[in-house]
Amino acid sequence: MIALAQVAPLTAPPIDYAAIAPLLVVLGGACVSVLFEAFLPRHQRWPAQVALSVLVVAVAGIALGVYAGSAPVAGIVTLASALSVDGPTLFLWGTLLVLGFGSLLLIADRSVEPGGAFIASAVERASVAAAPGTTTGPTGVDPEHVDRSYGAPGEAPTMQTEVFPFVLFALGGMMAFVAANDLLTMFVALEVLSLPLYLVCGLARRRRLLSQEAAVKYFLLGAFASAFFLYGLALLYGYAGSVKLVAIATAAVGTPRSDALLFGGLALLVVGLLFKGSVGPFHTWTPDVYQGAPTPITAFMAACTKVAAFGALLRVLHVAFGSTHWEWRGVMWAVAIASMVIGAVLGLTQTDLKRMIAYSSVAHAGFLLLGVMAITPEGVSSTLFYLLAYGFTTLAVFGVISLVRNADGEATHLSQWAGLAKRSPILAGVMTFLLLGLAGIPLTSGFTAKFAVFSAALGDGMAPLVVIALVASAVAAFFYLRVIVLMYFSETPEDGPTVTVPGAFTTVAITLGVVVTLLLGVVPTLVLGWAGAGGLTG
Amino acid sequence: MSTAPDTGGNVMLLVLLLLPVVGALLMYPLRRNVPAAKAAAMATALLEFVLVVVTWVGYSTDAASSGERFQYVFSVPWIPAFGTHLAVGIDGIALVMIALTAFLVPGLMLFAWAEKLPEGRTASGYFALLLATEATLMGVFTATDVFLFYVFFEAMLIPMYFLIGRFGGPNRQYASVKFFLYSLLGGLIMLASLIGLYVTSADQLGAGTFTWSDLQSIAQSTPTSTQIWLFLGFFVAFAIKAPLVPFHTWLPDAGAEAPIVAAVLLVGVLDKVGTFGFLRYCLPLFPQASQVLAPLVLVLAVIGIIYGALLAVGQKDMSRFVAYTSIAHFGFIALGTFAFSSQAFAGATLYMVNHGLSTGMLFVMVGLLVARGGSRLISDYGGVSKLAPLLAGCLLLAGMSSLALPGTNSFVSEFLVLVGSFPREPVATIIATVGIIFAALYILWFYQQTMQGPVRGNAVIRALEAGGVGGPGAMIDPAVAAERGAGFPDLTKREIGVLAPLVVVIVVLGFFPGPVLDVINPSVQATITEVGLPDPVPAGGVVGGVR
Repeated sequence: MIALAQVAPLTAPPIDYAAIAPLLVVLGGACVSVLFEAFLPRHQRWPAQVALSVLVVAVAGIALGVYAGSAPVAGIVTLASALSVDGPTLFLWGTLLVLGFGSLLLIADRSVEPGGAFIASAVERASVAAAPGTTTGPTGVDPEHVDRSYGAPGEAPTMQTEVFPFVLFALGGMMAFVAANDLLTMFVALEVLSLPLYLVCGLARRRRLLSQEAAVKYFLLGAFASAFFLYGLALLYGYAGSVKLVAIATAAVGTPRSDALLFGGLALLVVGLLFKGSVGPFHTWTPDVYQGAPTPITAFMAACTKVAAFGALLRVLHVAFGSTHWEWRGVMWAVAIASMVIGAVLGLTQTDLKRMIAYSSVAHAGFLLLGVMAITPEGVSSTLFYLLAYGFTTLAVFGVISLVRNADGEATHLSQWAGLAKRSPILAGVMTFLLLGLAGIPLTSGFTAKFAVFSAALGDGMAPLVVIALVASAVAAFFYLRVIVLMYFSETPEDGPTVTVPGAFTTVAITLGVVVTLLLGVVPTLVLGWAGAGGLTG
Repeated sequence: MSTAPDTGGNVMLLVLLLLPVVGALLMYPLRRNVPAAKAAAMATALLEFVLVVVTWVGYSTDAASSGERFQYVFSVPWIPAFGTHLAVGIDGIALVMIALTAFLVPGLMLFAWAEKLPEGRTASGYFALLLATEATLMGVFTATDVFLFYVFFEAMLIPMYFLIGRFGGPNRQYASVKFFLYSLLGGLIMLASLIGLYVTSADQLGAGTFTWSDLQSIAQSTPTSTQIWLFLGFFVAFAIKAPLVPFHTWLPDAGAEAPIVAAVLLVGVLDKVGTFGFLRYCLPLFPQASQVLAPLVLVLAVIGIIYGALLAVGQKDMSRFVAYTSIAHFGFIALGTFAFSSQAFAGATLYMVNHGLSTGMLFVMVGLLVARGGSRLISDYGGVSKLAPLLAGCLLLAGMSSLALPGTNSFVSEFLVLVGSFPREPVATIIATVGIIFAALYILWFYQQTMQGPVRGNAVIRALEAGGVGGPGAMIDPAVAAERGAGFPDLTKREIGVLAPLVVVIVVLGFFPGPVLDVINPSVQATITEVGLPDPVPAGGVVGGVR
């Protein structure tokens, strides 16, 4: 007892619960979701999980809104300065929650793919042989290749609901990732967001081999990237004696220590982050994973993972390395150019729509880097705006892709989209609008976002890079245009795919994406104001 | 720092902008009822024309002479973070361009009234795209905010792209994609300059702006090296649009594959956005750069005049023929624009209008021939004047206007360009004059091939056979065929309705260009003041003489 009394009482660090409430709600909701999965009977899981997920995102959103209304402009640092809740964090949290909500809607939809797009194992398919009445395909088809719903024969179609806790955990990890104020927190958040994503990539109901290959590839490369990140973290700790971003910035200013540790650490750290953001040349997983993963998950990854990765990159480069940007900017120029060129040029050669959008995301990552590299308030706000705009557009694009199907599932080969406008003018119109948005045509969010990012970059002395980016935009526009040409000007093939009438969830998600793409193109003032509301706080 | 008023203003131009949009949207509920859709579209286009006439009447040349740069000004802030405004206003140059647009569209609709569309396409979609094109053109000519101009400049591509790609000829996919990519590339290069202009204005004014008059006020104090880069970005976009050699290769494809009404709008008006852009943006915003780089532009212009004419002579396809003649004409406009004299500016501006009229009419005539013969090849026609004398007469008039015969509208403008350019650029002007001879050559050759001589050519013979006159290879009696009205009929009443206004305007402007020049001149004077060069020939000299 005496010994204990002599030890100075360990004081818990003060926690600003109001500020981190959104994060706590999402992570808590994820835990409850796991319990649902464990204890609810199978037929109750889907409605319960959907309701819970929507509720969690909504409550987190309300908590965020309430806090943001009274938040100090300068931002605060809480949890022993592990998390920084400032203007960009709040904006990114809002972005992640709204995009996560849209993705959850796509994930929850069971009408497009009967029973939902997720299944645990291929064994279930074989059991169709035992229930001949349920086959819908022509007789004589190998039962291995006949689709049937998940669950016992004769049971109503149901889906693999583990996907909900996974997505909630990933979302929570992303929110922690963008707010992380020290590298260790950032690393933990990186793993929290990555591990569920590796799993959900392999859950596709169709094309299981492709899906599982994607998951394994993503896991292996992701683990590799995490190792890079950790190595970089160690080097930086060796340099600065701290993992805090601010401490690194302080140490970098006028110390006699060798720069090798600092920039070696930065390089390794950034490789890990660029990997997550699918920036070329660290993008190699992107096309395979985008193609193999179930489309709602691809949408979630394309929209939210990008936000998280670039949010963290923004914080690392601006807070910890803002003062040394003359040293590293040359290398980042090369990365940005590589990413834009790889995305635009390889995108031209793709014949699969999902792979094409994957390369488009690589090109967009290059554009985003321009904003990230501009160490100015405009650089931060334009990157934030771009992330929001891109997220919504790409979410809706994947929503639309999931609707065009043939007997083997989604018809993602470009040739299958020929003449779609004739059979489904509304879908073709929506897709056209979204593709024009990705191409950055005025009056879409893509243009406003590109304008903001490029003007920030030009304002910080990156004129040649802006010109290269614009040329890359023109090249990339060609492959978006190719899809439009196919849909409108080509004849329909004989065995063309059908367009599924979307269920309420998918309709809401796509509508959300289209409306935001339009509004941010025409009246972006409000959102631009939010994006520029406050600077990064270390 | 913006001098643009933020509280609105005259809504007339907004109405001009929105009316075609409303008309285009109206086509969707009317898509099942094609006659009603056509009537609604025509009513919209006519109303638009009436409103433009009202605008013209209300435009005060006195106010323009006394230094009021824009009239019918309307401005509200749009995206404060970027310093953009929803700002519109017109000077004399913009006014004649919107008048040309609004004048052409109803006639084109009448032309398209009974056009046979590709399978599965509806007239309501066709007319909706025409109206949408008109709306974007109104926007591009009236915008006084550079950002807003850029938005319309890009938006303009989309309806035209669908017009070509959905309603065009056999090779329409290739042509539409080529058109779109060329224009988009130009637009994106311009975007780089646009952003550069914004950053420059932020440096000089403290806050970035896109308001044209603010940017113009800092033009003289921007370093020449900066100006040159910014100028080049705008120039490439406009040179692709206008097409100047060597950026012209998309035009023959697009012009040939587009449906006739789209070709008229494309070559007649949409391409003028490029030359309009030279006058409104390149010269006043980058005056020093314009002077430094003028020799380059003049060389391209002169090459275009000669090269376009030579290629026109060699064309087998009528639409491509007209497209190449246009490339030669655009060379004249560019020559006038970069010769820096008020006469040449006025001539270039008038040339834009006149070229829209004469080339528009030429395209319409080509369309009428194709509607009868079903072929675009020049060699498929011959001796048409014997079958359809009225048609041949109209073609002759259109051709004469195109080669700038005195008495037609184009003569005045071509003369002004050459006279105005000579004092400053004698060599270029002399070479350009040779182009006039070529113009006479290709137009007369074309007319002779298709209209004169004995009735011949596969298309004509086939049409006559289909109409029940003449046997295979037999010479037929044209008088009989004409009497029967079969096979290769002369102009119908509707077609006369399309052509009559064009004929009237072409002739009237040939003798009385005064009203148009009165509108143009004050704005031209303003432009030359903005460039900051002395006027080699004071206005009122030859301009007054022509009036």
